[in-house]
Amino acid sequence: MGYPHPIHPKETPVLSKHFGEIEARTYEGWVKRGGYVALKKAIGMAPDDIINEVKVSGLRGRGGAGFPTGLKWSFMPKADGKQHYLCCNADESEPGTFKDREILRWTPHALIEGCAIAQLAIRAETCYIYIRGEFTEPYHILQRAVDEAYASGVLGGNALGSGKRIDIVVHRGAGAYICGEETAMMNSIEGRRGNPRIKPPFPAVSGLFGMPTTINNVETLAAVPAIINQGAAWYAKLSLSNPKSTGTKLISVCGHVQRPGTYEITLGFPMKELIYDLCGGMHPGRTLKAVIPGGSSVPIMTPEEVEGCATDYEGIIANGSMLGSGGMIVMDDTTDIVHVAMRLAKFYAHESCAQCTNCREGTAWTTRILERMLAGDGKESDLDLLLDLAENMTGKTICVLSDSCAAPVVSGIQKFRPDFDRHLTAPRPAASVGA
Amino acid sequence: MSSHETTTHEPVLTGAVLAKLEALYPKYPDKRSLLLPALWLVQEARGWISDGSVAEVAENLGLTPAYVRGVVTFYTMYHTHPVGRHFIQVCTTSPCGICGAEDVARALVKESGCGDLGATSADGRFTVIEVECLGACGFPTPILIDDDFIENVTVEGVPAILARYR
Repeated sequence: MGYPHPIHPKETPVLSKHFGEIEARTYEGWVKRGGYVALKKAIGMAPDDIINEVKVSGLRGRGGAGFPTGLKWSFMPKADGKQHYLCCNADESEPGTFKDREILRWTPHALIEGCAIAQLAIRAETCYIYIRGEFTEPYHILQRAVDEAYASGVLGGNALGSGKRIDIVVHRGAGAYICGEETAMMNSIEGRRGNPRIKPPFPAVSGLFGMPTTINNVETLAAVPAIINQGAAWYAKLSLSNPKSTGTKLISVCGHVQRPGTYEITLGFPMKELIYDLCGGMHPGRTLKAVIPGGSSVPIMTPEEVEGCATDYEGIIANGSMLGSGGMIVMDDTTDIVHVAMRLAKFYAHESCAQCTNCREGTAWTTRILERMLAGDGKESDLDLLLDLAENMTGKTICVLSDSCAAPVVSGIQKFRPDFDRHLTAPRPAASVGA
Repeated sequence: MSSHETTTHEPVLTGAVLAKLEALYPKYPDKRSLLLPALWLVQEARGWISDGSVAEVAENLGLTPAYVRGVVTFYTMYHTHPVGRHFIQVCTTSPCGICGAEDVARALVKESGCGDLGATSADGRFTVIEVECLGACGFPTPILIDDDFIENVTVEGVPAILARYR
């Protein structure tokens, strides 16, 4: 299992069109499907024209932040004589998120082509694709595709006969969620501990090896060939709700739905239809309790918030959360939100790089308070303590890992208070008494 | 942890392993960047990263052993002590957790004979650890046995899966 479902009529397959086709993984199979036509076109374009095309398309970062991609590329200096770098973030580790994995497994050449076009745009000869260590299968598939791209002359010193050098190096991580943070990723590529760096300087000024660097997510880069092929205007029109949210988005849905998996929607697609039509809704006899829509770092939504929510950057903000990575965790009425919050806090405590006190102590402390609450040893004052901790973990550290730990805890207390109260008033479970 | 290294250190960065590392040199502008790839090569060859291997890697890349050890211990996938012949990682983060992953983890510990998370079975065959998010949340419970990614693992399915590694 884990193989893609048949495409649902309500999906918009752009990135996912060839998921499940073994042949699409090979260079020949990819060329047969129209691959590397966009790269040839981009080779004939001025870098600024590529950037402009991506700007007009409205493409925004698909890793979580949603920053406009063309604008990010335009921050790179032009004729500075320095080595420039592209880093592709394939460190997909945000709980609930498993969409980049499908691109890496099924259409690795789409990513390679997207990287190459981005490299032309930002004038970077070398791209490092940073793939998480646990992605063993995607790593082998991607590495094979890169080797093929070199063998067929797409990459190397004279890429597609352009006279330009385009190199791509696949760099394996080794188990650290924090390396998905862009500055930690650069440190990790440099052979250091994956500690995030203080910004500024921003990567476009001083990034990998101290040189101008752009970091983009897998899904963002994989979308670029389609934009170059079919035009920015076509992409910008793929929008169902807000003109600031254009294109398609892979949403990986997990938890208590009948058909979990990665679905591709046009931005603005109703969240309710995604959960009930595409994913088949809850299991028989169960009802929807909560949704974490954008990976574990975003606030939890209630069924009421899901009701009229458009799945795009603005729509989800208007309904109390964020699109984030598009990793959607759906929970039914059997779910204990306190337990979910505890497991998430434990995740962040485990993954904290421990540079900043507020994060190192805050994530661990939050976990312990939630654990004792679950064990029946909670106190009424614990809720205020958790909220106070969360306040001190938000906006006070080098990166946003501790903010991410606070988000589900705060939204959990605000929106699912009865779950917390139940643990505070219930008698201690028999197992823990006198243990 | 040197206490685990009972015999004299047999050099690891020689022959094919060294050749693989040297083939990577041109891909990076400095030698320090080869640290993660070098550690992967060592672990592939030996199953874990001993103090002796740390010293060798440091020597090869022009770093100090203390620096290399600092990096090794930051990343959870590098083993600083020997583990079972088959290393099993089971995801128990929230999305899998709400779908029964903790029961699967318990079943793996029991069936493998490890006795506890992080421990190695008496026959040296298995080590089972809980791991944070494996990035396959739609297919609970995902587990990683060595390089094999296995999805949709259930408590009932555990014995048959382990049998394939016996």
